[in-house]
Amino acid sequence: MPGHTSKVAAVLADNISTDIIYPGRFMATVLPTETPQYAFADNAELNKRLKNKEIPPNSVVVAGANFGCGSSREQAASTLKGYELVIVARGFARIFFQNAVNLGLRTIVCPAIEASEGDKLEILPDKIVNATKGKSFPTEPLPKARQAIVDAGGLIPFTRKRLLEKSSKH
Amino acid sequence: MGMTLVEKLLAKATKQPVVKPGDVLEPGVDLAMSHENAALVINQFVEIYKGTGIEPKVWAPSKIAIIFDHRVPAESSKTATNQKKIRDFVGKQGITKFHDIRGDAGGICHQILVENGYVVPGLIVVGTDSHTTSHGALGAFAFGIGATEMASVWTLGSVLNVEVPGTIKVNANGKLPLHVYPKDLILYLIGKLTAEGANFMVLEFHGDTIKKMSTSGRLTLSNMSVESGATSGLIPPDEETLRYLKEEAGVNFRGELMKPDSDAKYDRVIEVDASNLVPQIACPNAVDNVKPITDVLNVKLNQIVIGSCTNGRLDDLESAAKILKGKKISKDVRMLVFPATWRIYKEALRRGYLADLMDAGAVIMNPNCGCCLGVHQGALADGDVALSTTNRNFKGRMGNPNSEVYLCSAAVAAASAISGVITDPRGVK
Repeated sequence: MPGHTSKVAAVLADNISTDIIYPGRFMATVLPTETPQYAFADNAELNKRLKNKEIPPNSVVVAGANFGCGSSREQAASTLKGYELVIVARGFARIFFQNAVNLGLRTIVCPAIEASEGDKLEILPDKIVNATKGKSFPTEPLPKARQAIVDAGGLIPFTRKRLLEKSSKH
Repeated sequence: MGMTLVEKLLAKATKQPVVKPGDVLEPGVDLAMSHENAALVINQFVEIYKGTGIEPKVWAPSKIAIIFDHRVPAESSKTATNQKKIRDFVGKQGITKFHDIRGDAGGICHQILVENGYVVPGLIVVGTDSHTTSHGALGAFAFGIGATEMASVWTLGSVLNVEVPGTIKVNANGKLPLHVYPKDLILYLIGKLTAEGANFMVLEFHGDTIKKMSTSGRLTLSNMSVESGATSGLIPPDEETLRYLKEEAGVNFRGELMKPDSDAKYDRVIEVDASNLVPQIACPNAVDNVKPITDVLNVKLNQIVIGSCTNGRLDDLESAAKILKGKKISKDVRMLVFPATWRIYKEALRRGYLADLMDAGAVIMNPNCGCCLGVHQGALADGDVALSTTNRNFKGRMGNPNSEVYLCSAAVAAASAISGVITDPRGVK
């Protein structure tokens, strides 16, 4: 849904690790429907705002460089997907980024993004306009191969399609 | 133009003469590893097959490895139920490389893979654990993926959308001084590179320091490569790799020992004079917040941990036991030792290392990931400070956001245990 406008719900620093997004002690929880309650569990205020639905779906979280560094735990992506957040970051760590694409969590690379909590952002195909600050910032397109997964609605339908193609050949 | 090691590995895996950074490939997978998070992989795997009318069947049961290590024995009924679900799946699908909670075969996944000869040079290895980078130490292209991606691998036998990464070459030369270890070298490098410096790239290690390094030390380098963001940490396989495979993994490897071309193109080359290194410490709360130990001496500690897939091997236990033999751990700290596998545990027992550590006051735990990621055992109290040979010190990592974790080698951990404060092992008599 390019072209949508939403508010910045939170602004986070560089190097937000998967431990901050989804602490390891909750990793026995494997169902994506259960995971949202632990989003940013150690950031009590943000966790509470999410759980109390003070942050509406499609809100933007703006982060610095290397968002999602650390673990391969997919819960870090599914927990944010659970609130339908959009993550705009200066950069992402590789595994988290791939998990986000696979699960359909919207992640946008915007190396120069400047935003404060409450700012209104308009997300366009090639840039983000910060309407509050009156500035716009170019975004990096998803690599083609990953766009194909997004277009398929995530890795599960994408692989299901490949599986059916493969089995029809036999 | 020549190719780097990762380019060669991916060219071979996709049967192409040449690949270059940015090419998108779908290499076949030789080994697909999961631990307890296989419970989530199973959910996603079943989901893929939903509505297709096809019976869910993994592509190659012999190429899947599942090792219980993150929370063994189960710390909760939830985990126990997940483990039971995985056991049932393993039996039904005929998965052979399964390591349950057993004293004769269990341990931490990355160490289990190499000890059992599951990883040899030239393979494409994926794992649902970020420290799957470890296996680059044997010349395999090994990297971490998420659970849904693993479910896709189990279905198709290949890993989709692998962009050929660029390569940073690390040239390490010179002899590591006494009490300075591969852990110090990789911490130093991460400090230099920063936590995102190698994002979407691989590290390729060269130089006489690496040539002379044991496979155990190389595993430490590759293991922590991911802390600089690297997709993998590759070491060109050599005589030492063959020795390790034969003597320690029981594999007579006769395949190709792939090397990068001499005219390969690197994005960056980093030179390190290993003979000038001092013990390094990663300070809270970032793995790249690295300082020479001389800058952080005397920080008061509450818990010391030796273990994990990074530094729970026999040589780590040996260096700690040598420092602690005949001495006592400070009454103000508790020391937990997690041998990485039961094989290491038994050998350390036979050589007397564990007795030396226990006599000094350490508690020997069963092999598992334990407190490394704060899921099971050894959690910290509010305000606690830990010194650990594990691989991460993010906020909340050891189960409590109001605690701090410093990272170091096993020798620094042992020396610090005596005094109860961060202590330079070079000064311990």
